[in-house]
Amino acid sequence: MSVGIVGYGAFIPRRRIKLEEIAKVWGADAPSYKRGLQLHEKSVPGADEDTVTMSVEAMRNALARSGGVDPKEIGALYIGSESHPYAVKPSGTIVAEAIGATPAIHIADFEFACKAGTESMFVAQGLVKAGEVKYAVGIGADTSQGAPGDALEYSAAAGAAAFIFGDDDERILAEVLHTYSWTTDTPDFWRREYMHYPRHGSRFTGEPAYFRTSMNSANGIMEKAGLEPKDFAHAIFHQPNGKFPMRVGKKLGFTKEQLETGWLSPWLGNTYSGASPMGFTAVLDIAKPDDLVLLTSFGSGAGSDSFVFRVTDRIEVVRDRAQMTRPQLDENQIYVDYGTYAKLRGKIRMAE
Amino acid sequence: MIDFGELWGKSLRTIWAEAALAALSDAGVDSVDMMTIGCMSPGLFVGQEHLASLLADELGMTGVPGSRVESACASGGLSLRTGFAEVASGLSDTVLVTGVEKMTDVDGADATYALGTAADQEWEGFHGITFPGLYAMLAQVHMQRFGTTSEQLAAVAVKNHANGLLNPHAQYHLKVSVEDVLASTMVADPLHLLDCSPVTDGAAALVLTTVERAKELGGDRPIIRIAGSGLATDTITLANREDLAELGAVRKAALRAYEMAGKKPSDMHVVEVHDCFTIAEIMATEAIGLFDPGYGASAVEDGLTSLQGKIPVNPSGGLKSKGHPVGASGVAQVAEIVTQLRGEAGQRQVQGATIGLAQNMGGSGGSSVVHILEVAS
Repeated sequence: MSVGIVGYGAFIPRRRIKLEEIAKVWGADAPSYKRGLQLHEKSVPGADEDTVTMSVEAMRNALARSGGVDPKEIGALYIGSESHPYAVKPSGTIVAEAIGATPAIHIADFEFACKAGTESMFVAQGLVKAGEVKYAVGIGADTSQGAPGDALEYSAAAGAAAFIFGDDDERILAEVLHTYSWTTDTPDFWRREYMHYPRHGSRFTGEPAYFRTSMNSANGIMEKAGLEPKDFAHAIFHQPNGKFPMRVGKKLGFTKEQLETGWLSPWLGNTYSGASPMGFTAVLDIAKPDDLVLLTSFGSGAGSDSFVFRVTDRIEVVRDRAQMTRPQLDENQIYVDYGTYAKLRGKIRMAE
Repeated sequence: MIDFGELWGKSLRTIWAEAALAALSDAGVDSVDMMTIGCMSPGLFVGQEHLASLLADELGMTGVPGSRVESACASGGLSLRTGFAEVASGLSDTVLVTGVEKMTDVDGADATYALGTAADQEWEGFHGITFPGLYAMLAQVHMQRFGTTSEQLAAVAVKNHANGLLNPHAQYHLKVSVEDVLASTMVADPLHLLDCSPVTDGAAALVLTTVERAKELGGDRPIIRIAGSGLATDTITLANREDLAELGAVRKAALRAYEMAGKKPSDMHVVEVHDCFTIAEIMATEAIGLFDPGYGASAVEDGLTSLQGKIPVNPSGGLKSKGHPVGASGVAQVAEIVTQLRGEAGQRQVQGATIGLAQNMGGSGGSSVVHILEVAS
């Protein structure tokens, strides 16, 4: 029996803000930011878009590709995010109601900085593999926060990716071959209760956190699977900016060609829990049967989940049944100025 | 000295002890009569004061007299000055002179705040200016007065990074060009990112004793003696200076050191100056008399201060490339001069160097310490 993805979907809000627009407000040097972080613009959630609505949109795309999975057969639904709309009250219940998956369903909201999305995928596929449920859903979604003027404000973006896992062979479009996690207590980024914005350890978030964790996770799963970088058609890493995923990929021995399909951050920004999962949906949009795909997330704190997927023939049948990821990124953008962005992101204090 | 860098896996006490043990081992002594610690702001960087007792304990020397000294980024130089006075006065025979700073445990904003306490808080800091801005103003005056150019400032970074490539202890081993410097992020006009020294964790240590004891311990290696020591203050706030085109504290400290040593600038074979920003190196080389006012910039551009030049300046890579753990820098500069005068500097050795000078500076020139060292006869 194999376990794999039977439906996948992504959602990207239409609104964008250009890096120059943010830099202008803070008197920052836009060209050096663009060069240093390899970021051009980022997505901005609209007034009616949050982690829940984006999860529903992504989930509807996943169901459309599932070849008729009955939502009532989904036995578990997990959403990984660090921007759940409620501090206390689950996001997953709203999403499950919206797609008609209640009430016989196990729901949990996950949080682990930027790896909460792959965390939900990790647990969902595990439950299917254990035979506990017929189908299980893992979602990564965020309307990420970055403090005004902080380096994070140039990257913190919005988006979602959803994956339905199942074990019925005729539906599996990408089989889960291997999983691996690498986790330590490395406090490089955090947000305490009642804080509006996260704090980070500046350069400490790089080498000892992102790079060490991602490298160990990717090397760990390749060792476990007996695979090398050249065996993969595509590899996706967490994308806190444009620079890090390409650097970590190259350090591990992947080529630009293997990395660029899932490399969305220069024009999307960092969608936190959605980041590497959305890179993966962009890869599935164009992957060929029998392609091996490496997905390695990173979450501050710090940990990384890695997956090896093998794409099946089924992908050719279902990929066109819902909107793909790249067109959502490259088309129909609405560009907003900083004032509109500040309003939409709740950065303006209103009268009480 | 230890390898400088972003030493996230080590604490202040650890890096300090590594440097101290290396110096004690190099000197062949296992006890000292006194230890001095130059450290600018352990309170703000790591939340720890009372360093002398903490570090004596760390070294297994609880009970030894110890003193932490502070003069902003000149704390290291002041540490040596204090140790020198101990030995010269006869209070102590052997002194462990150290400097340390652990700067990367806080983020950039907190590091900037901590460093900013070396400026005049009432007249400068509270109005929002930080050190790149203060040095940028000095650079602007120098450019207006003498026609100094951004390319000449960049030449300092190019030279010091070239030297740093040859120093295994340096934080940055990278080759930079004038174009790289000019294309790097503008921090405070005219200073680009690559005109600025980095934030660094590091420690350095020396063992000081009488020439007589040094000869007993020294074996075949040359004995390096402190021939001159000069210390001076200036107004912290730039607004109170008579002339922003010169560093008065550096000039006075250098004159005092030259006088004590009976030397003149042209006697120097190798020099380490406080290049916290590229403009600082140019102004320092003028203030210590290597070049006339206004000629420090062209001297760098003409290669006079390169490793093969007439008077090599910052063969270690300087603060620019070696890194600038503020309290440690003054001690690390002297460690480099000692290494050079011993003929142990490897690929960056200045051939035949027997007399050298180290200039350390606090804030935007509000204090300075200059030491002249020579091979003892």
